Amino acid sequence: MSDIQLWTLVFVGLSFTLYIYIAYRSRVSDTAGFYVAGGGIPAPANGAAIAADWMSAASFISMAGLIALSYNGYSGSAYLMGWTGGYVLLAMLLAPYLRKFGKYTIPDFVGDRYNETARLIAVICAIVVSLTYVVGQMAGVGVVFGRFLGVNTTVGVIIGMTIVFLYAVLGGMKGITWTQVAQYSVLICAYLIPAFAISNKMTGIPVPQVGFTQIMAELEALQAELGFGSYTSALTGTDQLNMFLLTASLMFGTAGLPHVIVRFYTAKSVRAARYSALWALFFIALLYTTAPTVAAFAKVNILEDFNNTAMDSLPSWVTTWTDVGLITGPDGGTPADLNGDGLLNFTGAAAQTANEVLINNDILVLASPEIGGLPAPIVGLVAAGGVAAALSTASGLLLVISASVANDVYHKRINPQASEKRQLLVARISMAGAIVVAGYLGINPPGFAGEVVALAFGLACASFFPTLVLGIFWKKCTAAGAATGMAAGLAVTLAYMFWTVEIWGNGDGILDIAATGFGVIGMVVNLVITIIVSQFTTKPSETVQQLIEDVRYPGATALVAAHASGELDAEPLHEDDPPTR
Amino acid sequence: MDMNQRREYWRANLRLMTVLLIIWALVSYGAGILFADALNAVSFMGVPLGFWFAQQGAILVFLILIAIYVWRMDALDKKFGVEEYEEEVHHS
Repeated sequence: MSDIQLWTLVFVGLSFTLYIYIAYRSRVSDTAGFYVAGGGIPAPANGAAIAADWMSAASFISMAGLIALSYNGYSGSAYLMGWTGGYVLLAMLLAPYLRKFGKYTIPDFVGDRYNETARLIAVICAIVVSLTYVVGQMAGVGVVFGRFLGVNTTVGVIIGMTIVFLYAVLGGMKGITWTQVAQYSVLICAYLIPAFAISNKMTGIPVPQVGFTQIMAELEALQAELGFGSYTSALTGTDQLNMFLLTASLMFGTAGLPHVIVRFYTAKSVRAARYSALWALFFIALLYTTAPTVAAFAKVNILEDFNNTAMDSLPSWVTTWTDVGLITGPDGGTPADLNGDGLLNFTGAAAQTANEVLINNDILVLASPEIGGLPAPIVGLVAAGGVAAALSTASGLLLVISASVANDVYHKRINPQASEKRQLLVARISMAGAIVVAGYLGINPPGFAGEVVALAFGLACASFFPTLVLGIFWKKCTAAGAATGMAAGLAVTLAYMFWTVEIWGNGDGILDIAATGFGVIGMVVNLVITIIVSQFTTKPSETVQQLIEDVRYPGATALVAAHASGELDAEPLHEDDPPTR
Repeated sequence: MDMNQRREYWRANLRLMTVLLIIWALVSYGAGILFADALNAVSFMGVPLGFWFAQQGAILVFLILIAIYVWRMDALDKKFGVEEYEEEVHHS
């Protein structure tokens, strides 16, 4: 066993022990505890949990690689701004009001505010969005285990599933939340420590956000010398339009993702929900302002040291990553010396001629301690961080699926008389079922996994965001309007995404708009249709309008309290002339 | 709160939100994307300014915007006597 394997085992083992201990400490016995941790999580802890929930394998493992390699610097910023800007929308437009509303799930809000048709559409969206998202997380766990512990992907995924099963089924949202706080701590240390070390080594300034400004001129010179495009130049024309749309889709999509929104139900009060958003973005910004620096440092290292190394003395990390197929040669095999100069050339000429080596985005963060020559314990810590990022997101998504099945379908539609105990059992069974499905899909990922995540954002953006915001800010928004709007937004977005898939050969789309950024156009369609249809259909009942009025102000209000305690459920919420309160 | 106070509270909330969201859009879509090319002519700590906004500045401004929102809403809650420093809203 190598040093790196040993240290990985130590850190992954320690972190798993911690998660199981927390799971044991936070067992729950009622549905409020299972779905929303009893609504009793303090804001800083809730913020850390949101951050861990939010920062997935994609943020931790892939993002820096996306910026440095596939987006060549500036244009990768769409992800940086898109995945943080959504929190401003969440904090101001959704979090306080949904917390005041005080139920368990997004379909709960949609169903109570609008009607049962809208609830059904929301349940389907929530499950589809969450399932597509969770697949990538399980695959991420597999990558880390495969590379660092040398076990095969299937075993890696099964180990990950077992751990999630233990704390998610036992502790529900309460177990998940406190585990996520621990997972956040692990992943942020794993991300920041190597970044500080590399920054200090390369620039003498330990803070990477400052350090990376020192190497930008050098990086630009290297990029130009080797034929890559400029790292910092802005985009123009269609590229600029697409970046604009992608950034917007990611922002509004973030504010519409069910596993993020549901976290604001767990806050202690309306005020705590606002503070949760602040803490969450603070914790997220620590990683998101560091990611572009990791990207820039790694790019300099790769261009300066890795490029032009002699073929017979490649560093050891090249061999290990070649073994798992994430560093490849021109024909998908091993790196090859095409021009016969005895050196491995990594240049920007890939578009014209085959490059001698291709580096997968996913390895940049995981390999950056080795690329930067840091010691083995740090490499092990980074591996544990990658696993923490993937597991924490997976558990949040699994909770949404379980709550949708047990609360929105079973309790609300099939068996409204179900006892507390019975509901909890159904919730646990559906959680276990979801874990098995996610694990299976993680081991056998569908071939279009990459597009699927973009699809999840597009759907969340085109369906939930406008419906929720109009539901709070426009009392006269009608059920028919919301249902048609959601359905239209979804249909347009899905249609465009399928239409541009390669099989139909319309890859360029309309006006060269990329499918990944189309969600925001679907959102506009949803908004317009909801507003038009609302003009001609039955206005919401007095009770619903009064409920929305009450939701807008913090503190206790009679109607919201009655609704939250379930008293209103027996009454016809959506019919006029209800008993006035 | 009576009806008039409620209306006043809600208006103040909407005003604050509008101002903050305009800044939000200007920084991300404006400085980070639409005007990035023009701003790149200016150098900030040795980095082109448009690029810096897209990779660092926008995120920092987002954080400041939420901080201002939380702080101003606390003040608004206090002014209208609906602050919830100790008590919790009952959860179902």
